[in-house]
Amino acid sequence: MRFVDEYRDAETAQMLATRIAALCEPGRHYTFMEVCGGHTHTIYKHGLEDYLPEHVSLVHGPGCPVCVIPMGRVDDAIDIAKRPGVIMTSFGDMMRVPGGTGSFFDAKAASADIRMVYSPLDALKIARQNPDSQVVFMAIGFETTAPSTAMTVLRAAAEKISNFSIFCNHVTIIPAIKAILDSPDLRLDGFIGPGHVSTVIGCRPYEFIARQYGKPLVCAGFEPLDILQSVYMLLKQLAEGRSEVENQYARVVPWDGNPLALDAISRVMRLRPYFEWRGLGFISHSALAVHDDYAAYDAERLFEVPGVRVADPKACQCGEVLKGVLKPWECKVFGTACTPETPIGTCMVSSEGACAAYYNFGRFTRQRVTEAVRA
Amino acid sequence: MCLGIPGEIVEIDAEGTDLATVDVVGVHRKINIGLLDAGTVRAGDWVLVHVGFAMSRIDEEEAAVTLELLRGLGQAYTDELQALAGSDIS
Repeated sequence: MRFVDEYRDAETAQMLATRIAALCEPGRHYTFMEVCGGHTHTIYKHGLEDYLPEHVSLVHGPGCPVCVIPMGRVDDAIDIAKRPGVIMTSFGDMMRVPGGTGSFFDAKAASADIRMVYSPLDALKIARQNPDSQVVFMAIGFETTAPSTAMTVLRAAAEKISNFSIFCNHVTIIPAIKAILDSPDLRLDGFIGPGHVSTVIGCRPYEFIARQYGKPLVCAGFEPLDILQSVYMLLKQLAEGRSEVENQYARVVPWDGNPLALDAISRVMRLRPYFEWRGLGFISHSALAVHDDYAAYDAERLFEVPGVRVADPKACQCGEVLKGVLKPWECKVFGTACTPETPIGTCMVSSEGACAAYYNFGRFTRQRVTEAVRA
Repeated sequence: MCLGIPGEIVEIDAEGTDLATVDVVGVHRKINIGLLDAGTVRAGDWVLVHVGFAMSRIDEEEAAVTLELLRGLGQAYTDELQALAGSDIS
């Protein structure tokens, strides 16, 4: 397992940390956003912030699919699930996400037929096996999962399965990054780009960030050293006065993405004029709906949903966490009223959420560091 | 969900099904390979699996790295593996 050693090696990490420190301009503070929740997970799990100089901060971005679903959409999905003859199917991540009137788990306890699936193809199989029921798949996620949903709809159409539909909540990462860049709340120096979204969309869509906003972006892998190396690459660009898109994760991410996956998305889905994101508000052209050609597979057209906008609970500060304005532990209810067992906000639900990642790992890392310093 | 699982292609199903059997740490499951270039996928290839679909091809060494990382993630990986084990695509 030589690659593991290479990507985990503490000496290499230390070496990278020294080189990172050497690249920092004295007196300047650097703030980089890791867009993807998977990166947030790695950063807290491995205590990577301890390897960075004090004047380099990492802030967490909106790249957690479950976290950005607004409460009103959860309520709409539950409304569909409660109808007679409907089987709602969902990724496990989504089950505990609170809407205005409870979660999927709550609705299931109140006898709605809601089933966890690993893949949209599992949902399609349930539809084949239950021809007298309407099987709806709660489709969520960025460009990483949208192609799978699209392929499943294409498969349903090819097999002429008429009791399957999707409740489409797929979102696209670029408009969210743009919204953050345009937000006055936060001044960023660069981005650690999402690795797995980029396997689909490639690196080109990020070029406007470098060109128009003058911020570097490095597509990064998920090993601890991948992330440290990406920070190094970002600082190197800044030190050399460059702002470019670079691909640290080239061993998995092709520069042009996956054309077949992009084609599947564009056949089955179209951009919505706007969509509400939890915490970020309404963002233009930031989400996907089912294309007219596949209207028969669109749960939004088959079932009339309330479509009511539900404000987040007052105590919840997921919005600020998703924008990187607040660190998880700076939220008023973090770890007290809001825990992974009884989440108030979405960031505490998913393993990719910043609050859950910090709750599970970060606080212990901090504790270890504090204790080590004392000893 | 966005956490990909690396798996090794063991066998490719009949043409037109887009299905293949993968080995993920000893567990054999069906996945869909329709998002990879048709005819280029061979038994022995390593792919990154997202929600039942091979989303990109990776080499074996990369697969080993990612697996090790995921093992290190602990619960999240266990949950993802359990979810995969419960999946029954055919």
